[in-house]
Amino acid sequence: VSLRSPLGRVLGRGAAGEGVSHWWWQRVSAVALVPLALWLMVSLLLLPSLHYAHVVAWLQQPWNAVLLTLFIVVTTYHSALGVQVVIEDYVHGKPIKIFSLLASTFLHVIVAVAGVFAVLKVAV
Amino acid sequence: MRSRPLSPHLGVYKFMYTMALSILHRITGVALSAGLLLLAVWLMALAAGEASYERTYDFLSHGLAQVVIAGWLLAFAYHLCNGVRHLTWDAGIGLEKHEARRSAAVTVVATVLIFAALIYIAFYLRAGGAA
Repeated sequence: VSLRSPLGRVLGRGAAGEGVSHWWWQRVSAVALVPLALWLMVSLLLLPSLHYAHVVAWLQQPWNAVLLTLFIVVTTYHSALGVQVVIEDYVHGKPIKIFSLLASTFLHVIVAVAGVFAVLKVAV
Repeated sequence: MRSRPLSPHLGVYKFMYTMALSILHRITGVALSAGLLLLAVWLMALAAGEASYERTYDFLSHGLAQVVIAGWLLAFAYHLCNGVRHLTWDAGIGLEKHEARRSAAVTVVATVLIFAALIYIAFYLRAGGAA
């Protein structure tokens, strides 16, 4: 006998009320990161050097700034989703688990905001 | 709370190299997440101006930092290749045991090739430049 309500079954959101959205967005961000991460690695490594002048000149190209902003947002999101699952799987004990999840969320938001701010400051 | 049995019981399975690839995906993922902190520090140093950037540059040019960066490039190459492998599974492709073992071998070879290419560009092609 299923104890799930007919409405709950139709909505398909499960016990946490999220359905498959965590799983789905992990994949969407993964697909986006394949070209974005390869682009970032290759274009940084192909610069004549990573000294200040070269990196600033590179980041002041509009498309480079746009793509790096996209990379930062998508990669911190993908990372936040992944680290969340690792914490949920391996950190036992409710207080330390909640603390770890909060710390991970805050750190990821800080990294994302700092990264986007730095890109805009240099590029604009 | 009474302690309950936890799955999976790793001890009851014969070790297969596909198991190592599976846990490596998580390990490299966490390592790359830690690397994001470094990326933020690097970008903030860039935003703070030339003096602060060159200090960070010098720090990242030291031998130990270069080893960490090389390890990070390896983690990146692996997580990328095995991530694509995961996406093919999500599409319902290659789920048979022999197929998963073959794609594991392909993943390892592709990882080594991409890592070698990145290292070649970073440390040899760019004469005198730090990674």
